[in-house]
Amino acid sequence: MDKVIIAENLSLAYSNNETIINKVNFSVNSGSFVFITGASGSGKSTLLKSLYGGLRPEQGSLIVGGVEINGVSRKKLNFLRRHIGIVFQDYKLVKEWTIEKNITLPLLINGYDKNVTQNQVDSLLKHVRLKHQAGKYPLELSGGEQQRVAMARALSHNPILILADEPTGNLDDYSSGLIWNLLEGANTQLKTTVIVVTHHIPVTMGVDYKHFHIEYGSINEVN
Amino acid sequence: MKSIKNHFSLVIALVSILFSIQVFIIVDRSINAYKENLANNYSIIMVAQIHIPQEQIKAINPLIVNVSELNPEGVIKRLNTKMDQKNLELLKITLPKFYKLKLSHFPSPQEIKKLTKNLLETKSVQKVENFSSNHDNTFKLLLLFKDVISVFSLSIFVVTILLILKELRIWQFMHNERMSIMGLFGAPAWLSSAVLFRLSIVDAIIASFITFIIFSYIESSVWIARQFESIGIEVVVFDKVEDFSLLFAVAILVSVLLASLILLGHKEEV
Repeated sequence: MDKVIIAENLSLAYSNNETIINKVNFSVNSGSFVFITGASGSGKSTLLKSLYGGLRPEQGSLIVGGVEINGVSRKKLNFLRRHIGIVFQDYKLVKEWTIEKNITLPLLINGYDKNVTQNQVDSLLKHVRLKHQAGKYPLELSGGEQQRVAMARALSHNPILILADEPTGNLDDYSSGLIWNLLEGANTQLKTTVIVVTHHIPVTMGVDYKHFHIEYGSINEVN
Repeated sequence: MKSIKNHFSLVIALVSILFSIQVFIIVDRSINAYKENLANNYSIIMVAQIHIPQEQIKAINPLIVNVSELNPEGVIKRLNTKMDQKNLELLKITLPKFYKLKLSHFPSPQEIKKLTKNLLETKSVQKVENFSSNHDNTFKLLLLFKDVISVFSLSIFVVTILLILKELRIWQFMHNERMSIMGLFGAPAWLSSAVLFRLSIVDAIIASFITFIIFSYIESSVWIARQFESIGIEVVVFDKVEDFSLLFAVAILVSVLLASLILLGHKEEV
């Protein structure tokens, strides 16, 4: 099975040189569903950030979708990011754009045809139950609704990899349920690799998954 | 509403820059027109012992464009009653030749000095009257007026640039988030900054048209025309093609520069 992520002796640190992830080795198979757990401040989000090139490795090698993150050029990084869907804890929606336009963003960047874009956005708005809110702006929506928009945006361009940073943190059960269903759907139907950073793995997960736990800068697979 | 306010502040800043540039252009044109007017009314008187051909006088200094010999008949006529014909004939022969020299433009004090020196170096030229005292005062007044307006325009320009730099920070804050988010989804720099460049170009177009309307109105103003008429000059206040093209180019340049600075100063939030 192809590996989407390969980390060898990977160390991550911020500019103050305090090592957060220390010489870890792991890999993620294409089409798998992965949970990364750990206590607050353990480095879960930092690891996720490195997977989309937001943080370069301090040491070691990190290959995502065949692209070596260490020393990657801006052009190549942009190319990689066009094939990744990211869901941020703080949503990162463009406030001055309607939710419809926010969902369109990855399609616009990937140069999709206008008709394809419209069909895809309509379908995703239906899936996240926000069709009636299409013309609204992010700040007019609740936190749960904004996270559903962020999820729809991450799925819009059928990425090979979805990275989600605590996608259901602080959300009500309804929104959480919708988001887990979408992530499971992307994984089972579209064979998209999904990596979720979370504090709690839902008990009702309907897919097989891999579980990594981060503690004291090390990453261990939990069986 | 906030976005309109931000647009408004850049448009106002751009209009101020364009306004100061056009005011400077008008003042420069007025001074040149006034200098031309002065040059038409200003001449130098040269006195020579013998007749000198016009072409020879013109060759002395390129400033001289026209030479006319003053007719001594008027003076002689006044003496006519007191002198006999023989003496009058003798006087006509011995009387020095007076020449009125017209210049190509209103000269600077240095040019007058050089011209006077050149003329006096010419054989048989006895005296040159350049009316330098009157001339110097007028010329200094003109220069002072031009300097005052230049300082005024420059002040507006500097204040406006400071305003624009402040605007730059607001824009940086405003656009940074969107550009970062677009970058996280792999947008190249040209795409993530496209909105910024589009907005700044739209602002430049709006500012240019506001300036166009202001100066078209000023140009058609009877009061302004009368002011120029009263000092005997005719000035093009606003050339709708030439001046507008210049102002439009400046507005586009400033706003594109502003957008480029934002792009250069952009740091990706991750």
